[in-house]
Order: sequence, then structure tokens, then C-alpha cells
Amino acid sequence: MTLVSEFKESVLIAWAALRANKLRAGLTTLGIVIGIVSVTLMGTAITGLNAAFKKSLAGISADTLFIQRFSWMTGETEWRMSRNRRELTLQNAKDVARLATLVSAVSVESQGGGTVSVGRKQARGVWVEGNDEHSLMVRGLSLSAGRWLTESDIQAGRPVCVLGSYLAERFFPYGGVIGSKVKLNDMNLEVVGVMEKQGSFFTGFNLDNQIVIPITRFTRDFARFPDFTIMAKVRDLSQMADAKEELRGIMRKLRRVPPDRDDDFAINQQDALVNFFNAVGGTIAAVGLFISGLSLFVGGIGIMNIMFVSVAERTKEIGIRKAIGAKRRTILIQFLVEAATITLGAGILGLVIAWPLTLVVDRFLAAEMPLWLVGIALVVSVLTGVVSGFLPAWRAARMNPVDALRAE
Amino acid sequence: MPLIQIHDLTRRYVMGTETVHALRGVSLSIERGEYIAIMGPSGSGKSTLMNLLGCLDSPSSGYYELNGVNVAHMDDNELAEIRNREIGFVFQSFNLLPRSDSLHNVELPLIYAGIPSDERREQAVEALTNVGLADRMHHKPNELSGGQRQRVAVARALVNNPSIVLADEPTGNLDSRTGEEILGLFETLSRRGNTIIVVTHEEEVAQHARRIIRIRDGLIAADEVNPNPRAAMKFAAALSAPASS
Repeated sequence: MTLVSEFKESVLIAWAALRANKLRAGLTTLGIVIGIVSVTLMGTAITGLNAAFKKSLAGISADTLFIQRFSWMTGETEWRMSRNRRELTLQNAKDVARLATLVSAVSVESQGGGTVSVGRKQARGVWVEGNDEHSLMVRGLSLSAGRWLTESDIQAGRPVCVLGSYLAERFFPYGGVIGSKVKLNDMNLEVVGVMEKQGSFFTGFNLDNQIVIPITRFTRDFARFPDFTIMAKVRDLSQMADAKEELRGIMRKLRRVPPDRDDDFAINQQDALVNFFNAVGGTIAAVGLFISGLSLFVGGIGIMNIMFVSVAERTKEIGIRKAIGAKRRTILIQFLVEAATITLGAGILGLVIAWPLTLVVDRFLAAEMPLWLVGIALVVSVLTGVVSGFLPAWRAARMNPVDALRAE
Repeated sequence: MPLIQIHDLTRRYVMGTETVHALRGVSLSIERGEYIAIMGPSGSGKSTLMNLLGCLDSPSSGYYELNGVNVAHMDDNELAEIRNREIGFVFQSFNLLPRSDSLHNVELPLIYAGIPSDERREQAVEALTNVGLADRMHHKPNELSGGQRQRVAVARALVNNPSIVLADEPTGNLDSRTGEEILGLFETLSRRGNTIIVVTHEEEVAQHARRIIRIRDGLIAADEVNPNPRAAMKFAAALSAPASS
């Protein structure tokens, strides 16, 4: 007997058997349906989470090197040793931009916190950024309206600013933001641009609660001796290490560090953060899938149980089939197909239920149900059927025809 | 060469601490085309002998050659193949698949034999026609009378052209008139050259056969030719269409 016709016959038998026991099959299916729904939802949530991770990581630019006074990884002793380091200067940034060959753009920035007000409306604890004309590109930002700071804004230290979307909406809910005046602490500024919405960072930090002013203005009226960060966007991600080495050489030369002395600056990068995020994301995914997988497991036990019942009930049928010439394999396939049919049906039903739920989840957390997840869900449901149906099917296949025929 | 050759066949069952000797050494030879009744009271070992003859079970010792093949030591799967090819079963309780119609029940052996679907449909239709059930092909067993069910079973037993038709109390669940019908069918088959073995404890049924083997206590007590077999021909003629093979 060929496998194909064996399989076809098995599908027909499975179908007839399920139709004869609709309620029972339906109830058994429920466990798998719940399992598939929870696994699928967990899958969509994880995909959504990963997408959010990626977006956040793009926001903090993985391909950027940060030249700063201190390393992000310093312990306390190193901190004491390095706290007397000289500040970086705006001139440093210009020189780096001129000398570095492996980077596509260099910008300089400094940060602080301030209060922004328009008329009587006030926003405290706003993230204040001193940027230059290259920061838009280096920081990977985009604008929803207006323009970014220009070279002449920077050179002249003009009183202009670019607002984060949160501030723009808060102060100018009815539009008309470009050209309006805002106050940062005591500084009067004209809004020239609005940034596109970036959303919240994982910590809940609102990236859109931000105001950007020319770095020159920043040093003059906002923070007298700021800590600058020189940001260098590397041309090619694979040359990250070379670029870092090049920048290090340039900075040592610029700051005249003697060859026998350690760097008096640090070049930071997001690797650590990226790795951290990946690790956290991986853990969340593993734990989540494990927990939702448990429900699928419970469903699988239900299938196994019902298949044992089905085999016991149909002992006589198994005997007849064996007497007529069914081999072990034939009977095995018959019951495996039956179990897999139940779980596949459950899987499809689960997906049908999970899909609208995904749309609901999507309102709170970016969630999507990609096609590969649908495929995996179906494969998993069939596998669950095959795995949990195996023991009962094996028992059926090994039955002695004489005993099986005697059963009532 | 005989169709069946059995030499010193034994079968023991271990039940807990006890060993039951169901067959204690049976030797037998059956020619092609014979019509045989195996008789014996319950517990005599006739069912065990039938199970061995039908390759549903393997002997504890002894030699069994069926159609030139030694089947005494075959494994499960090999025996399944032999059953499919060589043996057509007719059971007391019909043993049809309750959810399948007559046609599918008759097709079943052909499915397991791997015959392509149009060919097996054709053969199944022919087998059902031969037992007079051409108009009952799409009826399920519970829509048929006892006699009709048994005729479906006979059609299923014959559809593969087996060497032996092995019937286990084929009239046990039928009234005497319907029983006669089935026996008449066997007679017709026998006339056409089929080998038929009927296992029964009813003397009346056994009297239709041309050779009667009596089993007692796991041994052959008698093996004799039936000088004047009873005829059930008046039903048989009405039942079967002209032989097609």
C-alpha cells in the first residue's frame, strides 16, 4: 500500500471519526485552541516588542561613536582618576570632522534640563539639547515641519529652536508652531522646526519632550562650561573598530596626550546597550513562550487522553482492519492523522481567534502577526497532534488482531 | 502441491501462572478448491486453529505452509500482507466498519493492497454484484439486514481473490433461512473453485461441507469426507450472478 493512498484513507477515516464525535472533538480542541491563541499572541507581542527595540535602537544610533570625557563603563575608582580630565571643546569637534576619514558625519552636542514656556503655559524638566547643523543626520532624527538648525544659525548663535513633537503639541495644539516664540528659561527663541514623533524610550523617558537650540547659543546662555559629546557616524558598520581607532589617534593628537599616558577621553558606543537589550528581549521571549507553551502542552495532554479513548473505543475496528491486511504502519498513520487533524483544526481556529486579538493588543503595544508566525502556529499545532497522538497510535498499531477482534 | 500444509502445530497461552495448551499438535493438509468444515465444541481449540490458519496468530511450534510459503515465523507486518493477499475472512458478527458504506467496506482490502482507486472501485462493484447487492452499494451496515451484511462481508472476503475463504460461525447471527442463503453462497463459490473453510459448532452447517474435521481437546479427533453434503442450492441460484472469473 502506497503512503499516499494510506494517507488519503487516513484523512477520510479521521474526518468520519471526528464527525461521529463532534462534541468530544470540539471540547478536546478547546485546549489546543487556547494554547495556540496564547502562543500566537505571545509571538505577536514579542515581534512587536522586537520591532519597538529596533526602533529605539535606531533612535540611539548603533553606528555612532560618542567621544566624551568619561567612559560609560567606569567604575568608581576609574571615575576618581578621570574626573580631572579636561573638557572637550567645540574646536575638537571641528578638527575631528576635518581629520577623520572613516566617518560620514560628525556633530557636537551637549545636554541639560530646563523649563520651556509659552505665555502662561509652562513645561518643566524639558530635555535641552545643544546641537549643530549635522546633528539631525548624526542623531538619526527627522522633521515633521520646518527646518533644522543651519550652519549660519550655529555660527551666529541665533535664538532659534527645534521642538520635540510632544512640546509642539502641548503648546500649539491648533498648529501655527513654526515662527512662534517660546521661552527656554529666560531665553526668547523662535521655533524653526518640529521633530517627528519618536515615542517613549524603554525606561518611559519621553523622547519628544525635547528642545534643540544651536550649540553656540547653548554654551553662551544656557550652560557656561558644558560637557560636549562629539558624535561621529561611522560610514560602514563593519569598520566600527577601525573608525574608533582612527578617532582615538586624532583625539590624542588634538589633546596632545604623550605616548606614555592613557587617553584622557573616552570613545563610547552603543554595543553594550544593544547587547543588553537583546539579552533582555531574548529572556522575555523565552519566558513568555515557555509560559504560553505550557497551555499548549496541557492541550496536548488532552489530545493524548482523547486519542487513548478513541483507540480503546475502536479496538474492534482496528482488529477488522488488521485482519483485512492493515499493517502496523497503516494503523499508526491512521491515528496520527486523526490526532493531527484535531490539532490542525484547533490551530486554524486559534489563529482565527488570535488575529482580532492581535489588533486589540496593537492599540497598546506594537503587535503584528506576520505570515511566518501563522506558519509556525500551524506547524506547531500539527506537531502537537503528532507528538501527543503517538503513544495512543502506537498502542493501536501494536494490537494483536485476535484480541482486537474479540473486543466489543 | 497442497494449498495448506500443517505439521505438528501447537499453540500455548500463558495466563498468569498457568499455561493453556489450546492446540497440542495438529497436522493437516488441504487442497485447493476444498470445502471444509472445522467442528468442535467451545474450548476445543477450533478457534485457535482458525486464528492460525487465518494468519491472525503465530503458532508456538510446528510448521505451516500456505500457498508454498512458510508463514509460521512471520512477523506482524508480513502476516498482515499474507492475510491481505491470501485470506478472506467472514465473521460471525460480520465485522463491517459501521461508518462506511458497503462499497467502501468491500474496497478496504484493495486499499491495503495498494490498488489504484478506479480499479478497486470496479472490483468492489463487481464483488457486490456477485453477491446480489448491486443495489445496496451505498448503504451503511445499519441500513442492511443481517443476511445482507453477511453478504457484504462475503464480497469483502472475495474481492482480493484470496486462496482461502475462512468463515468463523458465518451463520451464527442469522436466522436459519438467511443462514441457508449464506451457505448457498459458499456452495456457489466452492463450485467456482474457491477454497472454503467454515469453522462452526453446528452439525447442520458442517453437513454442507464436503470434508469435516473434528477438533477435541486441541487435537484432531476425526477428519473425514462427507459422503452426501446437504445442498442449499435453491437459494444460491437466486443469489449469485453468473460467474465472471
